[in-house]
Amino acid sequence: MMPDDEPILSARGLSLSFGAVRALDEVSVDLWPGEVLAIVGESGSGKSTLLRALAGEMRPDAGRVAYRDASGQDLDVHSMGEPALRRLARTEWGFVRQDARDGLRMGVSAGGNVGERLMAVGARHYGDIRAEAARWLERVEINPDRIDDRPGQFSGGMRQRLQIARTLVTRPRLVFMDEPTGGLDVSVQARLLDLIRGLVSDLGIAVALVTHDIAAARLLAHRLVVMRHGRVVEEGLTDRVLDDPRHPYTQLLVSSVLAA
Amino acid sequence: MTEWVLKAEGLSKGFTLHLQGGVCIPVLRDAGLVVKAGECVALSGPSGAGKSTLMRLLQGNYGADSGAILVRQADGGVADLATASPRAINALRRETIGHVSQFLRVIPRVPALEVVAAPLIARGMPREEALARAQALLRRLNLPDRLHGLPPATFSGGEQQRVNLARGFVADFPLMLLDEPTASLDAANREVVIALIAEAKARGAALVGIFHDLEVRERVADRVVEVAPLREAA
Amino acid sequence: MSAEGYNFAYLDEGTKRMIRRALLKAVAVPGHQVPFGSREMPLPYGWGTGGIQVTASVVGPEDVLKVIDQGADDTTNAVSIRRFFARVAPGLRTTERTAEATIIQTRHRIPETPLREGQVMVYQVPQPEPLYRLEPRRAETKRLHALADYGLMQVKLYEDIARHGRVGSSYDHPVMVGGRYLMAPSPIPSFDNPKMHMSPALQLFGAGRERRLYAVPPYTEVRSLDFDDHPFEPLRAKGHCALCGADHTYLDEMVTDDRGGRLFVCSDTDYCGERQAERAA
Repeated sequence: MMPDDEPILSARGLSLSFGAVRALDEVSVDLWPGEVLAIVGESGSGKSTLLRALAGEMRPDAGRVAYRDASGQDLDVHSMGEPALRRLARTEWGFVRQDARDGLRMGVSAGGNVGERLMAVGARHYGDIRAEAARWLERVEINPDRIDDRPGQFSGGMRQRLQIARTLVTRPRLVFMDEPTGGLDVSVQARLLDLIRGLVSDLGIAVALVTHDIAAARLLAHRLVVMRHGRVVEEGLTDRVLDDPRHPYTQLLVSSVLAA
Repeated sequence: MTEWVLKAEGLSKGFTLHLQGGVCIPVLRDAGLVVKAGECVALSGPSGAGKSTLMRLLQGNYGADSGAILVRQADGGVADLATASPRAINALRRETIGHVSQFLRVIPRVPALEVVAAPLIARGMPREEALARAQALLRRLNLPDRLHGLPPATFSGGEQQRVNLARGFVADFPLMLLDEPTASLDAANREVVIALIAEAKARGAALVGIFHDLEVRERVADRVVEVAPLREAA
Repeated sequence: MSAEGYNFAYLDEGTKRMIRRALLKAVAVPGHQVPFGSREMPLPYGWGTGGIQVTASVVGPEDVLKVIDQGADDTTNAVSIRRFFARVAPGLRTTERTAEATIIQTRHRIPETPLREGQVMVYQVPQPEPLYRLEPRRAETKRLHALADYGLMQVKLYEDIARHGRVGSSYDHPVMVGGRYLMAPSPIPSFDNPKMHMSPALQLFGAGRERRLYAVPPYTEVRSLDFDDHPFEPLRAKGHCALCGADHTYLDEMVTDDRGGRLFVCSDTDYCGERQAERAA
């Protein structure tokens, strides 16, 4: 796939304070179509805040986030208004949460969870919706026989895979992921990461991935942004930032990881 | 006169270790290298002289402190790896620069065949065709068919090395970087690699390699470039 | 017997005015839930306090009131509400005849006799929020209504089919009002849903505990949600009324002995009685 020339998402000068704490301090990032951008840093570095600001879930005190939609139009994420933002969130965008319970409807079956986005964009044929849900369960390695089970009956890893199916079923162009492997066993993490890697490259989705897991970033991301104290301290090609880190904080981050 | 594919000039590279009190370790100063189409250049020098650092710079894995790394792409355009954007480097790696490292970076659960076919698929080749080419090359490197469908994580060093070689050679890159490509191979497979290098040269690829096996180096390298260690710290 | 010392229809005029204002807004925005200051009533929540307040706010001395519970005029809930209004609204007449009534307060049914212009239906509503079981956060359901974002409701229908093999619930089946607002029709059987569509009567809904009112003005489109391949079907027991022989009405099943004997009778006692009288004549 040829890279497009224009970023799909472009943030300039994002600042956001919570009282005296500068959660975001003049942050600028770009994300290109089909590209996976990892945002790494320790807890409190501002990486999750950045993700939420990029996705329009949190309004920055200053700065601008521009999204180029499927028709090539540039949209200001923070001034488009809630109806437009919500429409985007259920069509061209997706969000995978760290805690699957925040991203799933726990009282609704697996099939209903996957089908919701289809129905939200107007699908009204039960048989088609169910068939598509079953296909996606299979794709995320959940036995389609479990289509009528609720997420509460699933393991943590399965729930997270279900959340991914639910998010990707409408083939969004841009997906935000907040620690998608957080809180899972290491063996489960590997499987999930590989699944995400495969789906993202097959579907050509742009992904903004927040993680504190350097190995996950290396496996998934084309580019890396390192955050600390609300600032971007280093960014670049993933393997270069990890193998030839320049900033003291990045060196510390990389050196504290075993065989990333 | 054959055109160069790789022209590196004035390359300097050092490492500032902030965790060790900011000590600076210079590794390369004013290094350069020109490789023409159809040519294989071997880097030599004592261990620690900076051969691996130079290879990593040529691959974009390390960032140069100064200098230029000009790479001629298949379409004739020239890119400077030393200043290229991350996206441009990713594009160069997809289309122009092939790389065989000493160790395979294993991706969990991805079968060997897919690992090898990935560079072709990334370029847009139909999946079936890419897998067929990958399979042919793995067979040529004597990797048993029963291993093709398995993830290489559990393979022996030699088997992993052959997967790595296949991945590097499958996509006919104009520029190939080979870091100890025959290190853990038996004699028969070493011959296959020598043949692959010869074929790459014949199709006009430029190759840069580190070969500790002097016999292999003798047979594949057109020139040997010495990388000398820097005497004094900066 | 009338109660001394109460304002007409129990509520003070200030409260009635507040509720009427809310009702006017509800009529102006069909299907939209309007909050109101629900008052303590001399009945517990769940006994129709919302419906009673609506009725009390629109009733006048010249009105004729009918109260039904599950279609019947003679059940405890219907009788006590009818007796309540008889005591607190001097001059008000009560009736069991649908055709005679100007106001019909109901729990769980719409009469079989077609409604006419000028009549007011008052529904007792336990849960006004159709998205309640799917989205417990009220602020979020309000937002979903504001944005007409109803994919979630379709999810519930999906779940019903997945679990029960057919669309929707047998009662309280959600409807779209005027093509804009998703609405809970109150726990009427889905059999009654089509009667709401383009009804000549004004339909008012009151939820006392949840403090919400909503309305469907006369001649408003009311469409039951469904899927293309599972179209909405009003449900009724297959059979006919053992008393009047009707095969087109909503039937209650009655167990007649402990050996599995059972029969069906009309749930609408007034309609059934009328038919029986016609047959006797």
